[in-house]
Amino acid sequence: MTYIAKPQFHHPSLKHNALGFTRRDYEGKVSTLCAGCGHDSISAAIVQACFEIDLEPHRLAKLSGIGCSSKTPDYFLGASHGFNTVHGRMPSVLTGANLANRSLIYLGVSGDGDSASIGLGQFAHAMRRGVNMTYIVENNGVYGLTKGQFSATADKGSKSKKGVVNSDSGIDMVGLALQLGATFVARSFSGDKDQLVPLIKAALTHKGAAFIDVLSPCIAFNNHKGSTKSFDWVREHNEAVNRLDVLMARMAVTASYEPGSLTEVTQHDGSVLLLRKVAEDYDPTDHAGAISYLQHAHAAGEIVTGLLYVDPEAEELHDALGTVKQPLNALPDEELVPPVAALDKINAGLR
Amino acid sequence: MTRPITAVNDFVVKFANVNGSGSASANGLFVKAILRMGVPVGARNIFPSNIQGLPTWYEIRVSGHGWLGRRGGVDLMVAMNPQTWDRDVAEIEPGGYLFYDSTKPMPSSKFRDDITVVGLPLTALCNAAYAEPSKRKILKNIIYLGALTFLLGIERAVVEALLAEEYAAKPALIPANIEALQIGFDHARDHLKPLGLKLRRADAVGDRIFVDGNTAAGLGAVYGGATVCAWYPITPSTSLAEAFTAYCRKLRHDPETGPDGGGARYAIVQAEDEIASIGMVTGAGWNGARAFTCTSGPGVSLMQEFIGLSYFAEIPGVIFDVQRGGPSTGMPTRTQQSDILSAAYASHGDTKHVLLLPEGPNECFEFGALAFDLADRLQTMIFVMLDLDMGMNEWLIEPFRWDEDRVLDRGKIMTAEMLEAGADFGRYKDVDGDGIPWRTLPATHPSKGSYFTRGTSRDPYARYSEEGAVYVDNMERLLRKFETAKSLVPPPIVRRAARKTSYGVIYYGSTSPAMDEALAGLEADGVAVDALRVRAFPFEGEIFEFIAAHDLVFVVEQNRDAQLRTLLINEGGVDPARLVKVLNYDGSPITARFIQAELAKGMGVPKARAGEMVR
Ligand SMILES: Cc1ncc(C[n+]2csc(CCOP(=O)(O)OP(=O)(O)O)c2C)c(N)n1
Ligand code: SF4
Repeated sequence: MTYIAKPQFHHPSLKHNALGFTRRDYEGKVSTLCAGCGHDSISAAIVQACFEIDLEPHRLAKLSGIGCSSKTPDYFLGASHGFNTVHGRMPSVLTGANLANRSLIYLGVSGDGDSASIGLGQFAHAMRRGVNMTYIVENNGVYGLTKGQFSATADKGSKSKKGVVNSDSGIDMVGLALQLGATFVARSFSGDKDQLVPLIKAALTHKGAAFIDVLSPCIAFNNHKGSTKSFDWVREHNEAVNRLDVLMARMAVTASYEPGSLTEVTQHDGSVLLLRKVAEDYDPTDHAGAISYLQHAHAAGEIVTGLLYVDPEAEELHDALGTVKQPLNALPDEELVPPVAALDKINAGLR
Repeated sequence: MTRPITAVNDFVVKFANVNGSGSASANGLFVKAILRMGVPVGARNIFPSNIQGLPTWYEIRVSGHGWLGRRGGVDLMVAMNPQTWDRDVAEIEPGGYLFYDSTKPMPSSKFRDDITVVGLPLTALCNAAYAEPSKRKILKNIIYLGALTFLLGIERAVVEALLAEEYAAKPALIPANIEALQIGFDHARDHLKPLGLKLRRADAVGDRIFVDGNTAAGLGAVYGGATVCAWYPITPSTSLAEAFTAYCRKLRHDPETGPDGGGARYAIVQAEDEIASIGMVTGAGWNGARAFTCTSGPGVSLMQEFIGLSYFAEIPGVIFDVQRGGPSTGMPTRTQQSDILSAAYASHGDTKHVLLLPEGPNECFEFGALAFDLADRLQTMIFVMLDLDMGMNEWLIEPFRWDEDRVLDRGKIMTAEMLEAGADFGRYKDVDGDGIPWRTLPATHPSKGSYFTRGTSRDPYARYSEEGAVYVDNMERLLRKFETAKSLVPPPIVRRAARKTSYGVIYYGSTSPAMDEALAGLEADGVAVDALRVRAFPFEGEIFEFIAAHDLVFVVEQNRDAQLRTLLINEGGVDPARLVKVLNYDGSPITARFIQAELAKGMGVPKARAGEMVR
């Protein structure tokens, strides 16, 4: 049922991608979030990333839970089907959708309340199952939609807008995702588009469970002094381990990078991740190293960003289940309903 | 002295065993042997919710007449569990038989003088024959089977043939089993007299099959085209997912690649809990696959939020609810019909869900397949309500049948071609006046037909809206859709009494076989009552006509609060005084005697007549 998309006519000066789409073809409805909300920057980054990797907008399915962050799928890729599920349980719905049709691209968008509190269990299991998806947490350390309660990712000792000090330790979603077996793990900042866009591109081309924790300040409830998720705090404590470029399989690899400062990772689909190393000793394919690096940085009060781990040979849930290549939702009756002769045999075996 | 009962092909045997003693296979052989002799059997396993040590019972209704429900009372008790001795002995009918292990002498106070006591020195025989404890444990059961074979006149060759079939994969075990059978048989022949209860070869089984409802429902899901199963283990529903898995492995592989070559035309996930199971079903249903989960009451409780989403966002899916004793962990391994209300109105807000109420494995198969058509057609969650008795016990039923020409009904799915041809797509628009909107699947078309699915209120074009009128319109359309469901669900089945009567009885589900026998018993007593079996919710018109046509209607259920009756009153505005509750909810399957006695009492039939009843 794939259709060759008709390029829509926009201002001729707008750049077109290989499919003939402009960036505007990847936009959605006008956002109703607070002006300046970090989540809107993430939506913009998703639009940019999808445009740049020449994704057919309708072939992406976007799913979310409940929260300000989970509203955002309405604000990008208007040509895609979207599903605002229930609070915290997007991962299972995405898993089911993926089981039904493995040929689409799945993007899950969630909040830190959504994923780290009510949905922590589902988050964990989607990661360990290796569901082929990109899972973005728009992490602001608070519940935005319900007006400012601490979320489970709020750091111990950080202060709410009303001056209350958080006494529980914060959950590090990146550390969790690594432990749980996600095969692509990254962190970024909504205010750092240069880093975020390539990470989303890489995650979308990754086969397997790709997780990106995006620090995304809530200007209404968590952008004050004392918050460790404010724009200023994140800028001051951001420690990037690498900078990324993604080259799609059909693009020629240009040798415009300095050897020695580069790591090249080729993924299943042939896409190449070019990592300009910032931290010299950082190897994003070393799982144990990533965990340890993260812990050291955390102790030093740094927020590590960049591509922290990738397994370019990752398998995904369908490989484990051994499902046919054809989407299950497209199998015709004759491939699903066994012949009557089979039933007769079953009957005979039950006498 | 009460006269010993004499009966041919018509009696109740109950085995009292200890869980984990290996008795299940011997008891199963006993039943199969009777079936192979052409005599119908109803069999019910009564087991505790632990793995080892607690009492289990296996009750067998032998019925040449074909009554396969529980009758009530026990004619022969095979008492193998000292722990439950007193209550087992007490349960025997006057004139009945007690078969026990007489290795250790028992004080006479432990017996009754109105029954026939048959002692077999089972432990002694077993210990004399076998030195190894493992052999002793297993073959003890086969020894008593051998003795019963003699005592009841079962054809030994039949049992031997069954043993050969049972151990076809491990032939080395056959001689030892045959020997044990012989030990029991010979001892009984040499020291005991045959009982008054006899088995005689008959021709009353035909081509019927012996199968449990969960297996049937799992197979129904295969034939119904289910491709996604997400489940979480819970008694008594686990074997449904296991049956689906086993049948898929056999029947649903790309012949080229085979089971292990990536050719599975299905995806089965053991989820982390019931919330995730139903979430996966929801996602798969949204994306156009036929998906289901199977669970029991506690699982349905956890799924409530998602069920509400599916109702409101109109996403197809199927839930097999194999009911057990509630509330909470209640009696997890006992049977009830106590999830009716929590399923019918599952979730918060105003909801109504379609329930299918199969009466046994045949309908588990049929409704199991039909549920997927209904889910796609109505774009909603469909509940198939089994219970432990139906789900986990093997029932003697007609063979499964499937119409080769049947086409799966995928419902109203708007295709790219339709969109391209200019169809006006509004996801929640009632185009056809039946309350059922059209849907598009993700990725249908590059620029048309995409929409946002959400649990929040929206207009017919799926645009978020909290306008009161828009919301009300949508909720009214959902009611219209529920009305449409009435014409699609299986209609009730009505059975008129031989003469005109002002009494009626309504029942459903696994009550069926006991009801058949109770109705026949009443008729034999000259009591007329019309019967209606409900097979689905929403209730089809005839149900309320039936109620209106009778002065008094008994509603027979296996729960405390008369849940179907409540639903009838609520949905049909029936005067509660006309609906008489007849309730059995102690966790054991309802008996024909109980139904007959309650109905007779309710109709004022003199005790003398109602007393004789089913024997
Ligand atoms: C079952 C349930 N419980 C509670 C809520 C209320 N609720 C809506 S959004 C939300 C928190 C959202 O926080 P987060 O995921 O961090 O997203 P943000 O709004 O901060 O982007 C809560 C508690 C709900 N919708 N459903
Ligand atoms: S409340 Fe916070 S998270 Fe929500 S839209 Fe406003 S800024 Fe964003």
